[in-house]
Amino acid sequence: MKVEPVGGMARRKFLRVGALIATAVALPAKLWAAVTKPDAAFAATDLNATFAALGQTPTESAGIIFTTPDIAENGAVVPIKIEVDESVLPGVSRLYVMVEKNPNPMAAMFSVVEGSKPYIETRVKVAQTCNLYAVAENKEGFFMASKETKVTLGGCGG
Amino acid sequence: MAGKIRIRAQLDGDTCEVKALMRHPMETGLRKDQAGEPIPANYIEEVTVTHNDKVVVHGYWGAAVSANPFLGVRFAGGQAGDKVTVSWRDNTGETGEGETTIR
Repeated sequence: MKVEPVGGMARRKFLRVGALIATAVALPAKLWAAVTKPDAAFAATDLNATFAALGQTPTESAGIIFTTPDIAENGAVVPIKIEVDESVLPGVSRLYVMVEKNPNPMAAMFSVVEGSKPYIETRVKVAQTCNLYAVAENKEGFFMASKETKVTLGGCGG
Repeated sequence: MAGKIRIRAQLDGDTCEVKALMRHPMETGLRKDQAGEPIPANYIEEVTVTHNDKVVVHGYWGAAVSANPFLGVRFAGGQAGDKVTVSWRDNTGETGEGETTIR
């Protein structure tokens, strides 16, 4: 007597549906094609090379309010906050976070769509005591603010 | 390891503040395990925050963002009940997404 492979069929169908759902979830991220990842800047291994990859060394600006801890006990989790005073620096479209002495200084880049606030809060790894940079970009160029964070325990490995 | 994201979106005047906590190991690829073998890089490369299906903040990340990343952003024009999502994609192609409504 032949046994119908019902279980097998159901499983195959389930897998196929699952694959479809996975594709659907992956789609929205691809719709955002306005900005490509600046791979060269992320791959740069020192700060000047990172600035060079972006195209310009930023000028200091008081319009960027950069909040970091003075002393970080754990370099693996260093909370940072970037705010931009829009009366000093209007029209900021991108924000960058750089950690001077990390293997790759560029930690993150954010595109701020018009209408959103140039405001970012996140946590980064800091390998050793060094300066952290918040860089803001608008139509006139790149601007930065920097702060030193002392690290008592490194952020890479442990 | 497509992870869930914990999100809160709260109105403060005309500004909506979004806070998201993702679960992800954020391996740099530079660390070694106990046997001295390098641990492969596994980190979130791309993060997108949307409000009613419109992108408000989009980010590219390197491996220097902390494990189980936290992200806080602000945008104007939100109203209570609006949909806010945060989604990520890592360098291995895994994705994660979370959704909430503005309070």
